Amino acid sequence: MEYQNIFTRVQVHAPYDGVPLPKSDWWGRDGKPFFVYWFGKFGDAQVGPFYLGGFGVASILCFFIAFEIIGLNMMASVNWDPVQFVRQLFWLALEPPAPAYGLRIPPLNEGGWWLMAGFFLTMSILLWWVRMYRRARSLGMGTHVAWAFAAAIWLYLVLGFIRPVIMGNWGEAVPFGIFPHLDWTAAFSIRYGNLFYNPFHMLSIVFLYGSALLFAMHAGTILAVSRFGGEREIEQIVDRGTASERAALFWRWTMGFNASMESIHRWAWWFAVLCPLTGGIGILLTGTVVDNWYLWAVKHGVAPMYPSVYPGPVIDPALLQGAPK
Amino acid sequence: MKTFSRLAAVSVALLGTSLLTGCWERPPVDSYQRGFRGTAMVELNNPRDVPKQLAANAVPEVVPAITDGGPPASTVYKNVQVLGGISVGEFTRTMVSLTNWVSPKEGCNYCHVAGEGFEADTLYTKVVARKMLQMTQAINVDNKAHVGATGVTCYTCHRGEHIPANVWFTPPAAKTASRMVGGDGLQNKVAKDVGLSSLPADGLTPYLSQAMEIRTAGTTALPMRGETRNLHTTKQTEWTYSLMVHMSEGLGVNCTYCHNTRSFSSWESSTPQRVTAWHGIRMSRNLNNEYMEPLTSVFPASRKGEGGDVAKVNCATCHAGAYKPLFGAQMAKDFPALISKTDAPAAPVKVVSKR
Repeated sequence: MEYQNIFTRVQVHAPYDGVPLPKSDWWGRDGKPFFVYWFGKFGDAQVGPFYLGGFGVASILCFFIAFEIIGLNMMASVNWDPVQFVRQLFWLALEPPAPAYGLRIPPLNEGGWWLMAGFFLTMSILLWWVRMYRRARSLGMGTHVAWAFAAAIWLYLVLGFIRPVIMGNWGEAVPFGIFPHLDWTAAFSIRYGNLFYNPFHMLSIVFLYGSALLFAMHAGTILAVSRFGGEREIEQIVDRGTASERAALFWRWTMGFNASMESIHRWAWWFAVLCPLTGGIGILLTGTVVDNWYLWAVKHGVAPMYPSVYPGPVIDPALLQGAPK
Repeated sequence: MKTFSRLAAVSVALLGTSLLTGCWERPPVDSYQRGFRGTAMVELNNPRDVPKQLAANAVPEVVPAITDGGPPASTVYKNVQVLGGISVGEFTRTMVSLTNWVSPKEGCNYCHVAGEGFEADTLYTKVVARKMLQMTQAINVDNKAHVGATGVTCYTCHRGEHIPANVWFTPPAAKTASRMVGGDGLQNKVAKDVGLSSLPADGLTPYLSQAMEIRTAGTTALPMRGETRNLHTTKQTEWTYSLMVHMSEGLGVNCTYCHNTRSFSSWESSTPQRVTAWHGIRMSRNLNNEYMEPLTSVFPASRKGEGGDVAKVNCATCHAGAYKPLFGAQMAKDFPALISKTDAPAAPVKVVSKR
């Protein structure tokens, strides 16, 4: 039963010696490492040291500014009432400017704050990306994580910057708020004739659900061979034992084909990265290249026409002569 | 024992989730298919609510019809501006009925001052009632595209109350709008009239008072250039969404009552009810502008909204959560004074006092 545990079974407590940093990393690591038992249940029990760095400081500062602009605007929108702020928190938002302002800078209270928050949040994210890239390089790693993060940043930039600029107004961008950004999503889909007919949206969903499927398959496989030490990667490299073979055989017997220890991670990485990548393309095409995805799908034979179940056709009354406006 | 405790844990978790989400109705739920199979065009109905709904929409007893009503009301009473053309008997029957519908407690004295002649327009309520009679006639005569042969009476909206339970006012501008921070673009609060969503809180003023374009979706697959370009924005669609949520709540129906949601804008995949609803929007707008707005100076301040505007009608005013007001009961047919325009004949007639 022990391999069915939710929590990590092994906690390693060892003295810290770290690795030397390259000379270009002038900042150095901060904090003396310590152990937290409950962290060890979910991951490595050791906390710290932490590499903050100049980019990290700049990123955190930018994030703090954006967070404050959004939060204080939400608070102000309920007349600085802390009770209402908590009760309505999921409803509150910092709204982008009205479309009439185009790409001009609107008054502070009519979208100016939104523009500012967007700027600082974007700076924060980009700086954090640079930091991630540089940390990977410092450890002599590949930069796969940074590029996966870049795929998410691509979708974020399309939604909040690239597409609004092409459409010619900031009002097309997403509000900063929990429910409001969901309302925006629904309205966006309705305005552009149902996003489900957008083939890039379809691809994005395939990669989203596909990622979950791969994740479940991979994690399930590895956990299932953990009784043979299948999760202990360092030992595997030295002496693999039979865990990996059994995992591979399981899938070959199940579906005639199996991933390898390398390929499963390539699959997982590409599925995850392609989700926001294709999604971003789909958003970018919406309104710029296609105005109504449903009509586009009808035009290209994607959307079938259902038989009418009501006697007589339903005709737009606005088209009839003498109709009221 | 272990299995039992696991089962118990799962049940508690499910129960807790359903209680926390607060939007869970226990089965059975009845469903009625309203579109081609596979399109999810289904109306849902909780059978436990039906008796309550039927009771709330029961039609009151009708004052018995009269056969020979006598001379036109305008020859008997003074200052009969709307119902002068009907017989005095039918006139009295109509007055008794509308008293039962609108002011059952106060009786005639809600509009008429005791001791004064019936002709006096002393109370504002009488002036309003006259306009409302004209409005009822206009609904039944000019808006058959929406009300059909069923029509409406005062009871359709009033249901024994002075003011119908469902009227609306334009909310005053938020205080934050004129400040430096906290502007909310008229949305992003818990909006009671919009199904507790964070959509624009006032989805009615732009459409049922003003005439903002409701249709925002693209009408062509690809964007058009020049004048035919669809300039409607995602933001504007949120306002349309607010109006639609109101219609859905006001009629107690899903979006799919009118639309095949794969393409809200497509008429060919919509139900015939969407056409009725389209006329309903125009009717409500017309009633608000032609009948309610002109009464603004007549109503006392206590009857007006915070911004000093008059109470207005929306879908819920008549429908009150039912897909047809009073579930389609044919009440108006028994009241000839309400289903035709009954202005007194143009020629002056001799006024004979009844008293």
